[in-house]
Amino acid sequence: MSTTSEPTTQHPEIDPLTPVLSADWGEKRSWTRAVYETGGGYDALRRGLREMTPEQVLTEVKESGLRGRGGAGFPTGMKWGFIPQENPNPKYLVVNADESEPGTCKDTPLMMASPHLLVEGVILASYAINAHHAFIYVRGEILHVVRRLQQAVAEAYEAGYLGRDILGTGYDLEVVVHAGAGAYICGEETALLDSLEGRRGQPRLRPPFPAVAGLYASPTVINNVESIASVPGIVRHGAEWFASMGTEKSKGYVLYSLSGHVREPGQFEAPLGITLRELIDMAGGIREGHELKFWTPGGSSTPILTAEHLDVPLDYEAVGAAGSMLGTRALQVFDETTSVVRAVLRWTEFYKHESCGKCTPCREGTWWLVQTLKRLEAGQGEEGDIEKLVDLCDNILGRSFCALGDGATSPITSAIEHFRGEFEAGMHTPAWELFPYRASSVFAPEVTPA
Amino acid sequence: MTQQQSRQVQTPPISEDVRAELVEIGTRYPQARSGLLPMLHLVQSVQGRVTAEGIEACAEVLGLSTAEVSGVATFYTMYKRRPVGDYHVGVCTNTLCAVMGGDEIFERLKDHLDVGNDETTEPVDGLKDITLEHVECNAACDYAPVVMVNWEFMDHQTPESAVQLVDDLRQGNEVRSTRGPRICTFRQAERVLAGFPDGLADEGPSAGIASLNGLQLAQLNGWGPPPGRVGTDADRAQAVADQDRAAAQATAEDGQEGAAATQASPAGTKHDDAPGTGDEAQ
Ligand SMILES: Cc1cc2nc3c(=O)[nH]c(=O)nc-3n(C[C@H](O)[C@H](O)[C@H](O)COP(=O)(O)O)c2cc1C
Ligand code: SF4
Ligand code: FES
Repeated sequence: MSTTSEPTTQHPEIDPLTPVLSADWGEKRSWTRAVYETGGGYDALRRGLREMTPEQVLTEVKESGLRGRGGAGFPTGMKWGFIPQENPNPKYLVVNADESEPGTCKDTPLMMASPHLLVEGVILASYAINAHHAFIYVRGEILHVVRRLQQAVAEAYEAGYLGRDILGTGYDLEVVVHAGAGAYICGEETALLDSLEGRRGQPRLRPPFPAVAGLYASPTVINNVESIASVPGIVRHGAEWFASMGTEKSKGYVLYSLSGHVREPGQFEAPLGITLRELIDMAGGIREGHELKFWTPGGSSTPILTAEHLDVPLDYEAVGAAGSMLGTRALQVFDETTSVVRAVLRWTEFYKHESCGKCTPCREGTWWLVQTLKRLEAGQGEEGDIEKLVDLCDNILGRSFCALGDGATSPITSAIEHFRGEFEAGMHTPAWELFPYRASSVFAPEVTPA
Repeated sequence: MTQQQSRQVQTPPISEDVRAELVEIGTRYPQARSGLLPMLHLVQSVQGRVTAEGIEACAEVLGLSTAEVSGVATFYTMYKRRPVGDYHVGVCTNTLCAVMGGDEIFERLKDHLDVGNDETTEPVDGLKDITLEHVECNAACDYAPVVMVNWEFMDHQTPESAVQLVDDLRQGNEVRSTRGPRICTFRQAERVLAGFPDGLADEGPSAGIASLNGLQLAQLNGWGPPPGRVGTDADRAQAVADQDRAAAQATAEDGQEGAAATQASPAGTKHDDAPGTGDEAQ
C-alpha cells in the first residue's frame, strides 16, 4: 500500500485516506436526519449558531484555508468576506450543485448519501454571511439526488434547523431546492444566477461580481457543494484540525473521483496532495494487462496528463506547475487501447453542444474544431489540420466571454502536445483502425474471445 | 405523423389545479420568475412535453410574453418539444462512458428499438413507449457505462443488460434503479423536479459500490482524519441521536435491503456481470 511521504505533503503523520465527507456513506439510511445525527451531525450547527457570531464562523473558515472545490480553488472564507454587509439588500447563498463537468462525479454521491451534511453547511454558511435565503441549484438529471435533498430540507425544517428562530437563536433561514433543466453552462456561476432568475443560462459580464450584485442584483455567495459540505467539519473541529491535512497552500480533505480503466473506480477521500500513482494503487491498479496512457486531473476542461505525471501531488499548486489544473479532481483514466483523437473529439462535441452561443470565438470556434477533429478521427485529415486546430484554440483561449470556451481548448492543445503522432496518423488512418474501439470497453473480454 | 397525433390524445389540458400549482411554485421564491424552470418541469409532468398551451400558462402566471418563456424553454435540453414516451432512456456517450462501452450500448439500443437519437418507439398496443437519446456526462463516471431511465441511474450497463432493460420497460415490468427507487414514469419524474416530492426518497441504497471503495479501504486499514474535538455539544447530540436512531431502525424497511446489499459487496466485485436490470430488482 502507498504512503504519503512525498516531499510536498506537509503532515506525513496524516493517514493516506481521511473520510470526513464520505464517512457516513456506508451507513444504512445515511440520508436521514436520525442517522446523520448519530455521527455528530448538526453538532456544528449548535456550536456555530449558539456559541459563535457570524464573524467568528467566517474567521474559522478563513483560517482553515478551505478553497473552493468547484474547480477554481478560490479561498472560501475570503469570498464570504467580500459580501458588503453595509449593502441594504438581502444577502443570498447559492449552492452550485450543477455537477456537469465531464468526469466529475463527487457531489452527486455526496448529496445522495449525506444530504444533511450539505444542509448543515448551508445553514452555517448563510449564518456567516447574514443570508436569510439560500438556494441549492441541482442539475435536473439526477432525480434521486433531488428527492434526497428535498427530504433532507423538509426534515431540517421539522427539526427547527430551518425556518424562523433556528434553535431559538433568533436566526431565520429559508432554503429552496431548485432543479435545473440540462445545461452545462449553468454551472458557470453567473449563468447559474441568470438561470435561477428564470432566464436562459448565459454568463454575465463581470464586474460587477456576484458578491456585490448577484441574485436579484443583491450580494450573493456561490459555492460548490463540496465546499459547503466541508464547513460543518471546520466549525465542529476547528480550523487547525482542517489545516492539519493537505499541503502548504492546499488544505484539508477532498473527494478524488477515479473513473475509467482502473480495476475499482470510485470515490477516495484524501488530504490534498495525494498522487495519482497512490490513488490508482488504491483502486486496484490499471485494469489487467494494460497500462496508463493519459488522464485528466480535474475533468475534461483541465489539460490531459500522462504517465510522466503519476507522481505529481494532486494539489492546486503542483498540478498547475505540471501544466494542468486540479479542477474538480475528476481523474478520468485511459489505458493504451484508447484513441486520444476519439476522446478529444467527443469532448469537443460536448463543448460545441453546450456552448451558450453568446460569443463568437466559442460558438463558431467549437463548430470548426469538431469538423476538423471528425476528419482526423476518420483518417481523412487534411494537410495543415493540426496547425488549424492549434490556431483555432489560440483564437478561443482568452478571447471567449467565459471559461467554457477556454476549457474547450484544454483537451485539444494538451493532446496535441503529448500525442501529436496520433493526430498525424489521422491524415491517413481512421482512429478505430489504430485503436479498435471495442478493446477499450469494459465488456470487451466478454464479447471478443481472447 | 400519425405517431405524433396518437400521442396528442394523451395530452390533458393545463387545468385550474395545475395553474394553481404553477402559482404555488412562484411563491417559493423572492421573485416568482425564479420558478420558471420548475414550472416548465410541471408542464412536462402533465403533458409529456412543453406545449404551446404550457408556455402560455407559464407566461400568464408570470406576466411574461410567450416569446420570453419560449426563449427559456428552448435553451434547456431537458425540455422537449416532441412528446416523450412513458420512459426516457438516456445513454451516456460522453468520452469516459463512450470509451467504456456507451457507444456500443447506444448503437445496440437504436437498432433494437428501431429509432434514431431523440426519437420515440412506434406505439404498439400493450407496450409502453420509449424515447431514446444519448446524454452528456451524468456525474456517474465511476459507474461507466451508464444509462439513465427518467433520470434515475442504471449503472454498469452492457449492450445485453441495456436491451433487457428496455424490454422490461416496454412490457411494464417493474424495474429498479441500481442506485435509486422503482422506476416511475417520465411524467411522474418531472413532477418531482417541479418540486413536488413523490415519497420515494427512502428507496434505494445510501451509496453504490463504487462510491464506497475509498471508504471501505480506509476502514480496512484503520485510516481516518486526525481526532477532532469532543465537547458537551457532541455528547448531547450523541445522546439525542442514539434515541432517534433506535426509532429510525424500528421503522426502517424499504431501502435497507438495498443499502445492505451494497455494503455486502466486496470491493473486488466484478462490474461486468451486468447488474442493474430486472434481475437485480427481483
Ligand atoms: C462552464 C463551467 C461550468 C461549471 N460547472 C460547475 C459546476 O457544475 N459546479 C461547480 O461547483 N462549479 C462549476 N463551475 C465553477 C463555478 O463557476 C464557480 O467557480 C464555483 O461554483 C464556485 O464555487 P467554489 O468557490 O466553492 O468552488 C463551472 C464553471 C464553468 C466555467
Ligand atoms: S465562451 Fe461559450 S459558453 Fe461562454 S459565453 Fe461564450 S459562447 Fe457562451
Ligand atoms: S461520462 Fe458518462 S457519466 Fe460521466
